[in-house]
Amino acid sequence: MTDYMRRDRSWHPPAYTPGYKTSVLRSPKCALLSLDQGPAEKSGPVFKADMLHELDNDLIRNYAAATGTGGEAIGERIIVHGRVMDETGRPVPRTLLEVWQANAGGRYRHRNDRYLAPLDPNFGGCGRCMSDDDGRYFFRTIKPGPYPWPNHGSDWRPAHIHVSVFGEAFAQRLITQLYFEGDPLIPLCPIVRTIRDDRAVDQLVARLDMGEMRSFDCLVYRFDIVLRGRQQTFFENRPEGM
Amino acid sequence: MPVNYLKETPSQTAGPYVHIGLLPAQAGLAMRHNEALNVIAAEGERIVIEGIVHDGLGNPVKDALIELWQCNARGELGAKGLWGRAGADSETGLYRFETIRPPALPWRNGQNQAPHCSLLVFARGINIHLHTRMYFPEDLALHAADPALQRVDSAARRATLVAAKQGPGQYRFDIRLQGENETVFFDM
Ligand SMILES: [Fe+3]
Repeated sequence: MTDYMRRDRSWHPPAYTPGYKTSVLRSPKCALLSLDQGPAEKSGPVFKADMLHELDNDLIRNYAAATGTGGEAIGERIIVHGRVMDETGRPVPRTLLEVWQANAGGRYRHRNDRYLAPLDPNFGGCGRCMSDDDGRYFFRTIKPGPYPWPNHGSDWRPAHIHVSVFGEAFAQRLITQLYFEGDPLIPLCPIVRTIRDDRAVDQLVARLDMGEMRSFDCLVYRFDIVLRGRQQTFFENRPEGM
Repeated sequence: MPVNYLKETPSQTAGPYVHIGLLPAQAGLAMRHNEALNVIAAEGERIVIEGIVHDGLGNPVKDALIELWQCNARGELGAKGLWGRAGADSETGLYRFETIRPPALPWRNGQNQAPHCSLLVFARGINIHLHTRMYFPEDLALHAADPALQRVDSAARRATLVAAKQGPGQYRFDIRLQGENETVFFDM
């Protein structure tokens, strides 16, 4: 099995980003140690679809179903869908995606979130799904609200959904955040601005997808995810992925 | 003209509320409340790994989340590899895994690696997860030939990758994000 291509660290945010103050004491000062990949980097945990519960990909209903109240979350109903692929454009099939987010008012169901916006009794903010054989995934939720956070006085986070993806190998592991097209808070956010290249920021913006819109139910946003790809084999004649 | 590959989706911090999505039981959510991802059920010599992630001032990072990946007792990975996830305790910052001691595992070109667990660290203020390894203090003879440890040029820095033994099957592995004795992090 060939190696994964090196991570382009200039495309990712650097560790030390003083505009995002928490990074100042949590960023290593020594250079990362470059190392070849071994079997532990070129493989990763395999999750099976049968571990998912029926409502895991429906954040509108999954929390109230778990608490037994059975209601639906308040907010702008959306479906987020897209494709997980690698840098060479190959689909990443059957990989686990985990998502979490604030409610429509911008409040997280978490003991450390003291924002004054109310909790929604029907919203937990936790979901997961798996990509299919072509790398396609989707989940249903409500659009999260923006929220203030202490950084330089009060900064505001644009509406966002946190997304965690495994890929097929530990080398592909990625956690990121999805933003929404047209949100004026995106270019003002110190966390977004840890990324130096505007084209990289643009990759985190989900696009309104009216072609997939569900009449009288949900707006649809499209968010494709690209994970590290494998180097090509130049001297071996065998099918990809073997 | 360079070949036009797609660009990898850029990373963003997991933030302070990562538990909602990745450890809902720790966040107190009603769903998946019996899940204990830090306890890895597998055959082998049972061990406990505990430790604290420290920031540049030595304070515990109480919102850290750690993922562990290692081979099973037969040295196998992939679908047979062992994976776990632990959150730092919100009061003390202590994380804890219950797993098995891995054997040596193959590297490239027929070489071997000393037994170790791979660890990823996520937290608020960490813009892209950090990748490190935990080796075992009993394996000093194997460490000298380990391809990763060989690459670390100072003995003091190498020592940041080796756990301390606290008792039979009990290991302590602190991770220092910055400053004195900063842990070695890898770019693989
Ligand atoms: Fe957030």
